[in-house]
Amino acid sequence: MSITCELSNLTSKKAKESRSGKKWLKKPLLFLILCGSLVIVLVMFSWFGRSQKEETSSCNGEAKVLYRHQNVTRSEIHDLVSLFSDSDQVLSFECSKESRPGMWGNYGITCSLNMRSEKQETRWIPWNLNPSGLAHSISSTSCICDNLEPSLQQPEKSENLEEELEQGLSTYLRNAWWWCLILGVLVCHKIYVFHSKAPAERKEKVQLQEPLAQKKQQQRAQTSSKGAGKWRKNILLLGILGGVSFSVWWFWDTNEEIIMKRRETLANMCDERARVLQDQFNVSLNHVHALSILVSTFHHGKTPSAIDQKTFEEYTERTNFERPLTSGVAYALKVPHSEREKFEKEHGWTIKKMETEDQTVVQDCVPENFDPAPIQDEYAPVIFAQETVSHIVSVDMMSGEEDRENILRARASGKGVLTSPFKLLKSNHLGVVLTFAVYDTSLPPDATEEQRVEATIGYLGASYDMPSLVEKLLHQLASKQTIAVDVYDTTNTSGLIKMYGSEIGDISEQHISSLDFGDPSRNHEMHCRFKHKLPIPWTAITTSILVLVITFLVGYIFNEAINRIATVEEDCQKMRELKARAEAADVAKSQFLATVSHEIRTPMNGVLGMLKMLMDTDLDAKQMDYAQTAHGSGKDLTSLINEVLDQAKIESGRLELENVPFDMRFILDNVSSLLSGKANEKGIELAVYVSSQVPDVVVGDPSRFRQIITNLVGNSIKFTQERGHIFISVHLADEVREPLIIEDAVLKQRLALGCSESGETVSGFPAVNAWGSWKNFKTCYSTENHNSDKIKLLVTVEDTGVGIPVDAQGRIFTPFMQADSSTSRTYGGTGIGLSISKRLVELMQGEMGFVSEPGIGSTFSFTVVFGKAETNTSITKLERFDLAIQEFQGLRALVIDNRNIRAEVTSYHLRRLGISADIVSSLRMACTSVSKLENLAMVLIDKDAWNKKDFSVLDELFTRSKVTFTRVPKIFLLATSATLTERSEMKSSGLIDEVVIKPLRMSVLICCLQETLVSGKKRQPNRKRRNLGHLLREKQILVVDDNLVNRRVAEGALKKYGAIVTCVESGKAALEMLKPPHNFDACFMDLQMPEMDGFEATRRVRDLEREINKKIASGEDSAEMFCKFSSWHVPILAMTADVIQATHEECMKCGMDGYVSKPFEEEVLYTAFSNFLTRLDLDLSTPLISFLGNMSTFLIRILLPLLVIAMTIPQWSEAESEQWCIADEQTPDDELQAALNWACGKGGADCSKMQQENQPCFLPNTIRDHASFAFNSYYQNYKHKGGSCYFKGAAMITELDPSHGSCHYEYNP
Amino acid sequence: MDALIAQLQRQFRDYTISLYQQGFLDDQFTELKKLQDDGSPDFVAEVLTLFFEDCVKLISNMARALDKTTGTVDFSQVGASVHQLKGSSSSVGAKRVKALCVSFKEYCEAKNYEGCVRCLQQVDIEYKALKTKLQDMFNLEKQIIQAGGRVPQVDIN
Repeated sequence: MSITCELSNLTSKKAKESRSGKKWLKKPLLFLILCGSLVIVLVMFSWFGRSQKEETSSCNGEAKVLYRHQNVTRSEIHDLVSLFSDSDQVLSFECSKESRPGMWGNYGITCSLNMRSEKQETRWIPWNLNPSGLAHSISSTSCICDNLEPSLQQPEKSENLEEELEQGLSTYLRNAWWWCLILGVLVCHKIYVFHSKAPAERKEKVQLQEPLAQKKQQQRAQTSSKGAGKWRKNILLLGILGGVSFSVWWFWDTNEEIIMKRRETLANMCDERARVLQDQFNVSLNHVHALSILVSTFHHGKTPSAIDQKTFEEYTERTNFERPLTSGVAYALKVPHSEREKFEKEHGWTIKKMETEDQTVVQDCVPENFDPAPIQDEYAPVIFAQETVSHIVSVDMMSGEEDRENILRARASGKGVLTSPFKLLKSNHLGVVLTFAVYDTSLPPDATEEQRVEATIGYLGASYDMPSLVEKLLHQLASKQTIAVDVYDTTNTSGLIKMYGSEIGDISEQHISSLDFGDPSRNHEMHCRFKHKLPIPWTAITTSILVLVITFLVGYIFNEAINRIATVEEDCQKMRELKARAEAADVAKSQFLATVSHEIRTPMNGVLGMLKMLMDTDLDAKQMDYAQTAHGSGKDLTSLINEVLDQAKIESGRLELENVPFDMRFILDNVSSLLSGKANEKGIELAVYVSSQVPDVVVGDPSRFRQIITNLVGNSIKFTQERGHIFISVHLADEVREPLIIEDAVLKQRLALGCSESGETVSGFPAVNAWGSWKNFKTCYSTENHNSDKIKLLVTVEDTGVGIPVDAQGRIFTPFMQADSSTSRTYGGTGIGLSISKRLVELMQGEMGFVSEPGIGSTFSFTVVFGKAETNTSITKLERFDLAIQEFQGLRALVIDNRNIRAEVTSYHLRRLGISADIVSSLRMACTSVSKLENLAMVLIDKDAWNKKDFSVLDELFTRSKVTFTRVPKIFLLATSATLTERSEMKSSGLIDEVVIKPLRMSVLICCLQETLVSGKKRQPNRKRRNLGHLLREKQILVVDDNLVNRRVAEGALKKYGAIVTCVESGKAALEMLKPPHNFDACFMDLQMPEMDGFEATRRVRDLEREINKKIASGEDSAEMFCKFSSWHVPILAMTADVIQATHEECMKCGMDGYVSKPFEEEVLYTAFSNFLTRLDLDLSTPLISFLGNMSTFLIRILLPLLVIAMTIPQWSEAESEQWCIADEQTPDDELQAALNWACGKGGADCSKMQQENQPCFLPNTIRDHASFAFNSYYQNYKHKGGSCYFKGAAMITELDPSHGSCHYEYNP
Repeated sequence: MDALIAQLQRQFRDYTISLYQQGFLDDQFTELKKLQDDGSPDFVAEVLTLFFEDCVKLISNMARALDKTTGTVDFSQVGASVHQLKGSSSSVGAKRVKALCVSFKEYCEAKNYEGCVRCLQQVDIEYKALKTKLQDMFNLEKQIIQAGGRVPQVDIN
């Protein structure tokens, strides 16, 4: 039971962790030990109990014997007394009789002795009592007693010893068995624990190690587990063998024990019987002896004789109970031949001869019939006889062979002697005759044989009937049925004479006890045996079979367990292997994807480029179509590859997020301008709104953020059909959390939308309530992230598209799963974008969710966590607009829009420029609220609210108030889309100053406003050459490289562009050179250099600069000393052969401004350089602006724009300027022209009309890298609309964005 | 005379192209050539001279460092030299040498002595071969100039 329990524990523990296994182990172990000890104790107890019982039983037997013996003695005396008695003697005896029956024989004897002495004193003085008889009996009793004890104790002791030994051995064996069992269980458990632990360890290791190593280890593990399995099997086999042998041993042991016990019992019983028989016999013997003395005393000692036949008969009859074994006693007188006649006369009969020839006739013989005895020397005629044997009176005892011999021996020895068994007269039973000689009283105790013979006067004989004697005896004893007893006379060793016995019983197994009947010349033996054969030892058999069965059961269970362990281990092994393989496959898959995607991208760019070039050549319409299709497909493929690459990167955990400060609004502007083309094309209104509570600058990964937004908005555009809007809004998560105290107007309205159906949306088309998409966000409402340096943003993209079917909403974020398969057919795309976005959001510690209603639209929301930027962090991109913002600061505007939410969006964009805006819902309203018209710089009217009639009223109002107001506000029309003709119509009508195409964004707004507000002040085109030569001319440049060849090449390359190059060959030297004040405009630094590498050198230079700057700021050092700059920061560019991201980050971390890949390429050099040299130039203008900022409002409003524009334009156009304006008489400079030419030529844009019509054209500042993209995307958008190429507000993509693969167009001037 | 010049020019062009095709040189050499103008007429030759001097020095350095008889092999020193050689070779556009340097560096990082020694021998052979080839090319150039012709611009693509 405990074993099965243990086993079940084992198996159940498999599922459990192996750590707690030890604890588990202890409990059953304890239980087992307890059980074992209990069993041992039980076994021992039963053992002891049994032996003790035996002891007591044998003791009882002895007591009985003793008791009987004493009783016999006592009653004998009592009889004697009653025969010759008087009453007081009896009384005195009475008391001794009352003594306790449990007393030992000694006590009783003392009593009788006392009585005797009393008797002697009082009455029986002449009574010659031979004390030797009594003494004999006493000594014999005490002797028996003495004998008894050792005989009882000694065999007992030795038996005890043996028993103890055996018991100890068996106990030891039993214990050993139990311990073996426990040990076995323990060992099994240990093995199990080891094996269950080992895999865990292995598992840990496996995770750490390479798949190859894993395999090896697994193999090793497999072999070891196999070995362990074999080992276990062997142990099991051993255990079963042990169990079987134990059961056999148990059987043998128990059987042996039973046999031993049987033998012991037999011996005990036999001895007991022998003893009792002997005792009884001895008692009779003594009595006969006493009788002989009685006869000698009363017959011969008295004259006339006190005894005659009658007295004798009576006495013997009455004392017959004393001699229960005798069939009769008789007294024969010694009569010599000489006295025969006298004797015959005296008694009146002749001495007769005993008939010996024919025993059979003896039975019914009558003494009268006997012949007279032949003449002999002497005769022994019986004179007295007990009644039972009265027939032998007058028979001469000497005439019988046996009797004669007996008589002769008796009188010689003076003791009772026995005949060999012979058939008794009359009874025909086998019997013996005991003969005592009666001597003359004067015989001394140490008389010789002759004296004895002389002194003999008669013989007393007693015949013993052996069978009845033994029978009687056996009747008195217990378990007479089980035992068969034979008594033999063994005087004659050659022939045993059976005195009593039966033929039944198993002779093979018998016990022989010797009998001593007091006649030393005769030996007697008692043979005992069981009547029944040894019964089959069922207990032993059952126990051993039970043990065998248990062994086999346990073995079976263990075997099952072992098999199970083996299979489980094997399965586990297999699974581990499979897992490792699957993991390896997964890693391989991701790696493969990443590698392949990367590898495909490069040739794809080639394919696309070549296709572009192919399209440049003379192709007919059909060919062109094919080429375009191929190109389009190629582009799709590239973007797909980029997405897959992203996915793979995210999956393999290799995507690292940047942490740089950026302006989110700017990013949103970017996205909206990027996608505005598509949106406008579809006639969808795109609006961006950022809550005022969102800080300007946040720290995070701008490109990934943009990717998410682009993705969502792109999706929205894709799934929105020709109507409605897409609305991107950004709020703080905190704002949403407490809806009751929302201050933000847009948010308020959006939340209101959820409550009532009539809520307003941007386009008027119904949209899904955004609330639903974020209400499930956990992080949005949790307050745990209330870190002061983290902000959580909630971005919502709302569209009025087709919506997502309810059943597809569950799998919308699964990669490559679209709402349904038809989607990809209808709308294209792979469905990987959302999955990537979600993962990116998760990487940014945010959540993404959506709510969608088919037919109404979808709203996607996500939260992201960004870092808060330090307050003084300024971003180069923002700085660009600073001037413009300064320009517009404090202006007032009126927004006329019938949709409040849209008006809010407009006013948000104006607010960004520092323009405060009032909102009215219609032109009519505007007319009525005159107060709002005061001091207006501009009026922005949405196209929906546009009404010529109403406007004329307003216009009139403005014209009339010309006197009172300082100036007439400019009128802007906001339109989602407007054709060129419409716009020119509008403008030419004079009613409107400018048409602004939505989506609104800062750059566009600034441009339009500047253009309009600063009317007439056209920008001076910058005709300076903008090439690298110009950029680098006369610049002092330090090149740091330890490699002479590299140094020389770099020097040559830079010198070619007119730079003044200084070379040093170590970081230390560079440090020395760059210690302010110095004249270097830039520094190129190799990264790997001995002694001090590029990173370290840069770090030191930066430290140095910081120190100096601090000193300047505190006025410690005169600024003149470092006249050149207000603060020192020499641009340091890393020169490196590997342009991996990690190196780049490392560069930035240690304070470098950028890096160029070795070997130098002109474009790279230029791009890298242009940024930094420009910054230096801008630095100069900043103090001036701040100075101007202090001037009066008037100055700012009127003069400043002129001033600022005049002053800043050169710098703008020279380097940083974000936009290029090609208008009317403007001619683009060489660089721009080259780009334009390329775009219009190789780029595929049809620019033919642009030159002719002199339409304004805006191009991004980073022409080389991104013009192609901008051109291309615009060309793609507009080419089918009549071929005119209209560039305005082209997308500003200022950095290489990997998510826009199409930026990689090569530009070859 | 013109015929000679034309022949020399063709020979020069073919030879240069073969150098590119056989992988001795790459685009960087073209870039290098672009840097040579009137301001620095011997720029390429100067740089190449520097490069070969560098080669001699670095190779002997490495040979010393890889010499087992002097004691233990200093792989870090070999690595530094290889890095230098790699930089120089990539700067001048010695494509084969650069490629060898890349594998050399790998061996070096793996502390593979046999590989290093083998690479060193190969680099030695390779740079000498390049030197001879370039020598031939310069000789051709000189011949053209002596003949009064112009060294043609070789467009590799």
